[in-house]
Amino acid sequence: MRYGAEIVGIGVFAFLALLGAAFAADIAFQQHMWVLFAVLVISAAILMRNTSFAPKEAASIPFREGDTAYMDDVIRYGAIATMFWGVVGLLVGVVVALQLAYPDLNIEPWFNFGRMRPLHTSAVIFAFGGNALIATSFYVVQRTSRARLFGGNLAWFVFWGYQLFIVMAATGYLLGITQSREYAEPEWYVDIWLTIVWVAYLAVFLGTIIKRKEPHIYVANWFYLSFIVTIAMLHVVNNLAVPVSFVGSQSYSAFSGVQDALTQWWYGHNAVGFFLTAGFLGMMYYFVPKQANRPVYSYRLSIIHFWALIFLYIWAGPHHLHYTALPDWAQTLGMVFSIMLWMPSWGGMINGLMTLSGAWDKLRTDPIIRMMVLAIAFYGMSTFEGPMMSIKAVNSLSHYTEWTIGHVHSGALGWVGMISFGAIYYMVPKLWHRERLYSLRLVTWHFWLATLGIVVYAAVMWVAGIQQGLMWREYDDQGFLVYSFAESVAAMKPYYIVRALGGLLYLAGALVMAWNVYMTIRGYQREEEPIGGYVPAAQPAE
Amino acid sequence: MSKKDIDEVSGIETTGHEWDGIKELNNPLPRWWVWTFYATIVWAIGYMIFYPAVPLINSATPGLLGYSSRGEVRAELDAAELAKGDYVAAIREKDLAEIMADDTLRQFTTAAGAAAFKVNCIQCHGSGAQGSPGYPNLNDDEWLWGGDIDAIHQTIAHGIRFAGDADTRLSEMPAYGEILQPEEIRQVAAYVVSLTGTPSNAALAEAGATVFADNCAACHGDDAAGNRDLGAPNLADAIWLYGSSEADIAQQIRAPKHGAMPAWSTRLGDATVKELAVYVHSLGGGE
Repeated sequence: MRYGAEIVGIGVFAFLALLGAAFAADIAFQQHMWVLFAVLVISAAILMRNTSFAPKEAASIPFREGDTAYMDDVIRYGAIATMFWGVVGLLVGVVVALQLAYPDLNIEPWFNFGRMRPLHTSAVIFAFGGNALIATSFYVVQRTSRARLFGGNLAWFVFWGYQLFIVMAATGYLLGITQSREYAEPEWYVDIWLTIVWVAYLAVFLGTIIKRKEPHIYVANWFYLSFIVTIAMLHVVNNLAVPVSFVGSQSYSAFSGVQDALTQWWYGHNAVGFFLTAGFLGMMYYFVPKQANRPVYSYRLSIIHFWALIFLYIWAGPHHLHYTALPDWAQTLGMVFSIMLWMPSWGGMINGLMTLSGAWDKLRTDPIIRMMVLAIAFYGMSTFEGPMMSIKAVNSLSHYTEWTIGHVHSGALGWVGMISFGAIYYMVPKLWHRERLYSLRLVTWHFWLATLGIVVYAAVMWVAGIQQGLMWREYDDQGFLVYSFAESVAAMKPYYIVRALGGLLYLAGALVMAWNVYMTIRGYQREEEPIGGYVPAAQPAE
Repeated sequence: MSKKDIDEVSGIETTGHEWDGIKELNNPLPRWWVWTFYATIVWAIGYMIFYPAVPLINSATPGLLGYSSRGEVRAELDAAELAKGDYVAAIREKDLAEIMADDTLRQFTTAAGAAAFKVNCIQCHGSGAQGSPGYPNLNDDEWLWGGDIDAIHQTIAHGIRFAGDADTRLSEMPAYGEILQPEEIRQVAAYVVSLTGTPSNAALAEAGATVFADNCAACHGDDAAGNRDLGAPNLADAIWLYGSSEADIAQQIRAPKHGAMPAWSTRLGDATVKELAVYVHSLGGGE
């Protein structure tokens, strides 16, 4: 392969990074540019080692899969990146959970909770979840459109560009670079880079849909497309900011005061709605029917709940700002739209679960189906809990407490995590042309470790959150506050320890999966008794 | 779709399309789903009629109930104020001696002080007022600046070494590292340790007694019992603010740390400062 243009391009960017480091307006930017420079130089060196300097004709290798075949190499990389970032993100999650229980684990300045927490959230949402969405969307859109990915190497640019975004975001957090917007912490220059990558992603995805050979666009692609388009809009608007210096790591938001807060939560809530819900519903709509080998339950339901979901979700953000300076009418708006969102969300659950009708027996023998069903069950539970928590009376108890953390994790670990694991278990043997996974028994282990982890995590956080909320509002009959804030913090310690254990179980499950995926890719198959026992061989009649 | 495609397992018609082997059944929307969706929409419209909802140019529709978040908070604060009303006015008007003499009022004031303490004081003094290194325990009968109700009130109201208050408690022990020889500091540290009956080098301590009399007794007293007018702590009661080891004590002689506390009267107002004084006085060490 020849990588002349790529090497030159990366070289130019490396030089720009070097200039950025040389003329940096602040020390953090300088350090960050050195990181970028190192990453780019290493990438260029790897490309140079792999490039062929033979004449063009001799160097051009025919496509391994033929020109018309699906472009699966980038998906293979994506599956591995998903697994890698998943383990990293969960590991950081366990560390931050332990930091809350044992504050001595805060290692200043790089590894304190304030810097590690966005590292955890970004690693699991954007690195793990994002890679899972990009990889599966490329997989699904090609197969349901019967078309190779549009744009040739643009898909590779999307993949590597996205990894660069992750590395720059993560190293920035540890260096203390943040714009302090939840789930949008990276500073302006990293945001600009992500915008470029995201537009390329949209071009690849949309281009593939446009050149499809099927008459209709499959429902999974509606969801993927709505996710890509909406995230582009949310990302650009929420990150509108004026840099202090073009060689500096700070910027000021274009919005101020409560408008800034509302913009942030319009973004934040729809990151949940379109990244973690719509995107992963797209995943569900392909991998559940494929794994169950059953038709989707209801086409009509998929249309109605899709349009209802994307129309209603975008308004629900203000429920993150109940009882704040946000005007009452806007709080009402956020709350009523969240309530109306309940059924559209559940439409996805119904379609997912009912797709299994006629195939429920597979729950007994197929741990991957079991994983997907659990994901849909947690999806249903957290999309009920969400509207409930948006009701102002409930919110006045739940807001700012651990209950919110429990809610987020039952959605993230239960829904997002489990459906992604299921999709990867489905894809990996097919991508590497293996007959089956290395071991289905290990999938069962993963299922139970993860399930136990989620249940422990969520249950503990519910109890902790409700206790915390009640302690904060406890007044005695003379009208005086009963507990100090510090007492409510001290009361959380046992819950924090058990929560870390729940996270550890979930991480252990992911490590089992990583091993299973690794062995599958290497081409091994474990000798093991099939789940549900051996099917007795037919005996000849005597 | 000229030919109907029926799914064999369920007997339901499909839409006739197929993507990578996936078909879609033409099932209707579940009735309960549709009706629940309608119900949430009706509820949402109802809520918007009763509560502030539709933005206008400079305001929003107020809703039939006339609800507002600010109004809700105001009502809760008013109710709380009403419940305490007479008592708080009484605390504001009466002096500390009168409050202490009135059993009911004193009990109320103590409860109010406990609540204010949780919000304002525990960050340094601990949630049980037990103190921590550098921040005194308020439960015992060791007082740096006096433990009767007026002295406690004075300390809380004006703070300690607080630059913004003319009446703040002020004193500063010199850094004896610049005055005494290292040997003398070791001696006087050994002597101070011996005052509490803790074993120390007898020879050093004996020499230290002289150093103490010449340098320290002026503030801490000949018997080392301290002087509250100067905020000089009692050194003979085995209560230590900055550590009890001989090394800690020597360090405190060499380069003393001086704690500071804000003046609370400007921040919390007279009534709350009185409440805090009564509460702290009630903790066990009040005189």
